[in-house]
Amino acid sequence: MQLNRLATPLVLLVVAGLVIGLPAERSRDFDGTINFLAIFATTVAIYAIFTLALNVQWGYTGVFNFGVAAFFLVGAYTAAIFVKPPADPESSVRYIGGFGEALSPPFLGGDQWVPFLVAIFAAAIASGILAVLLAVPTLRLREDYLAITTIGVAELLRRIVIQEDGLVNGSRSLIGIPKPFSGYFDADTNRFVYLGIAIVVLAIVFLLVERAIRSPWGRVLRALKEDETATAASGKNVYAFKMQGFVLGAMLMGVGGAVFAFSRGSIGPTTFDHFFATFLIWAMLMVGGSGNNWGAISGAFVVWGLWTITLQLNGYDLPNVMQNRIFFIRDFLVGALIVTVLLLRPRGLIPEERRVSLWLDRRMRRSARGDPVAGNTP
Amino acid sequence: MSIVPAQFNDRLTSLGEQYRRFSETTATALLWVLISILFLWAAIFETDLFIAGMIVGSVLALGAIGLTLIYSILGFANFAHGDTMMLGAYVAFFLLTGIVVGEKPNIDLDVGWSLNRMPGATAELWDLSFGWGLLVAIALSMFVMAAFSIGLDRVVYRPLRRRGSGIVIFAMAALGVAFSIRAVMLIIWGPDPRRYVQGIHYANHYPFGVVLKTDQIFIFLVAMGLAAVMYFVLFHSKLGKAMRAMADNPDLALVSGINTDRIVMWTWAIGGGLMAIAGALLAIQALLRPILGFELILPLFAATILGGIGKPQGAFIGALVVGVSQESSIVFFSAGYKPAVAFVILVFILLLRPRGLFGTAS
Repeated sequence: MQLNRLATPLVLLVVAGLVIGLPAERSRDFDGTINFLAIFATTVAIYAIFTLALNVQWGYTGVFNFGVAAFFLVGAYTAAIFVKPPADPESSVRYIGGFGEALSPPFLGGDQWVPFLVAIFAAAIASGILAVLLAVPTLRLREDYLAITTIGVAELLRRIVIQEDGLVNGSRSLIGIPKPFSGYFDADTNRFVYLGIAIVVLAIVFLLVERAIRSPWGRVLRALKEDETATAASGKNVYAFKMQGFVLGAMLMGVGGAVFAFSRGSIGPTTFDHFFATFLIWAMLMVGGSGNNWGAISGAFVVWGLWTITLQLNGYDLPNVMQNRIFFIRDFLVGALIVTVLLLRPRGLIPEERRVSLWLDRRMRRSARGDPVAGNTP
Repeated sequence: MSIVPAQFNDRLTSLGEQYRRFSETTATALLWVLISILFLWAAIFETDLFIAGMIVGSVLALGAIGLTLIYSILGFANFAHGDTMMLGAYVAFFLLTGIVVGEKPNIDLDVGWSLNRMPGATAELWDLSFGWGLLVAIALSMFVMAAFSIGLDRVVYRPLRRRGSGIVIFAMAALGVAFSIRAVMLIIWGPDPRRYVQGIHYANHYPFGVVLKTDQIFIFLVAMGLAAVMYFVLFHSKLGKAMRAMADNPDLALVSGINTDRIVMWTWAIGGGLMAIAGALLAIQALLRPILGFELILPLFAATILGGIGKPQGAFIGALVVGVSQESSIVFFSAGYKPAVAFVILVFILLLRPRGLFGTAS
């Protein structure tokens, strides 16, 4: 029991120690380590947006999305074509859209932030529309049908990107996606500015999800996950609530895709590989603890931490056999990790909360203070 | 007390009832008509594509029969099915050639023992591209994969079953297993494509513009033969009866005195064996690539759901439909969209008749 309670902080501390310690030990350079950590933290923040989004779908609503990559892809590409300038007809680079200049108002340095804001909203809406289209045929059926369908649509969208190379430049990738505020800072500082942006977006998403889940609406979703029939029997429209949970999660994934596209500056069909864009995010949520937003974020940190550390290990004297296969070994470890977590610690690092109600929280606090608890009024 | 007027509710209910009746009779009839039109059109106007599709479909069928049995008897979507098929193909490759990737990538290491070194094992049988070595390798790989599947069930799925986990947890575990298996194939045999037999083998010309390698005829005959064996096992043996009973209703099967643990074991054994053969047959006419396993998932699931979960005969027909539509789709779309065809079939079935051709009301 004691060990169980200590396990979570221990894991977090060990991963944090490795993530800071290994690069510092290897480079023995303060600036280098700080730069590495800035990039690391940015990636964790972006992945945390995805795990929070997946948590809305799976952890709270119980909807089973195996095609995170599809919403990731739609969000990232939508955002990219919104902020890029129009394609140059002279060059071989071809893509649709390119509204960057049209969306830049000529005041307050508008070109540095307005298109990006619009692009994030556009990405959310595009992902949301895709979610509605997928939900209509599958959401009334067995829960694993949605899983198979989402796997399929992720693959289909990747195919379309590759085949229709006039759409978003096909397998040659879309490069040179502008970064917000890049006109004000040099590249080195911009790294930290971007870390700030990613953290701000993550914070907004986190507060939004927390608020939504602790509302009556969120409690219906939780009830749905626990027992669909009972929820239906208490007069809730199961289909509508499932749809809302699924679409909200998908829209947040679109936001994550947009932030990812700005941070990377280039995206191609290989970016949205099933392992990288779906499975890793699931691993993060499962390790962290589905049904808990803090769990989702710490899962993103732990899994991405282990993921990067494995490559750092290659700097040491590993046997050749391992060194040449480090990428595959890493894939295996993530696959094995998820099975192990499911078998040994199915609730993850930070388990689901039993009570998610702002109203009840307030009442409990009041009664603990000894204040009179007002009847049924919140 | 409802805000919605009663008439509206009644109207909705009757619409639902009408849709149910539609899906019961008309949709099934419609599906059969569409499938017949597809087969007739392909057989008459695109004979070579039709035959290519039947060959791919017959191999898919072996995978889909295993998948549908696991799906219904164990009650979860086995996303590791495609990757296990490829693992079976690689095990056969290893037994045949004894090759793994050495210390450096791109440089192969020969373990020094292989079926290929047996006298006469590589001598080509009839007009086929391979000798008896490959047949023995496939047969051995079948047993290896059956044992592997049972072992995997003991280590991963049985503990989950004991705990009463939901189907989603099973599916997640299966996906974890799938990625682990793929990583193991990449670690041992590397990402580059492999083939069982080196060298070029020419195809023969047949009437109606059909060009076929004898290998392909062999694949088709073996797959069809095994499907026939499966039919007898499932429909005319006590084990098969017990398996189908358990697929229909596990609790009822348990109280009727069926040893469900034993049935689960047999399901994995049969599923694993079929996976090994299907993977190896697929690899005879294509190349062995670790990534191929994941690309198989969608066609396999489309075939299973089209036929109705738990219905081996449905999975068989579903697989042929998926195979023929995939191959003949290149008349209309670029070949890059082939994997997307299975997806379109899947969505179409989910909209029209979610429980598939042979599925019964639950």
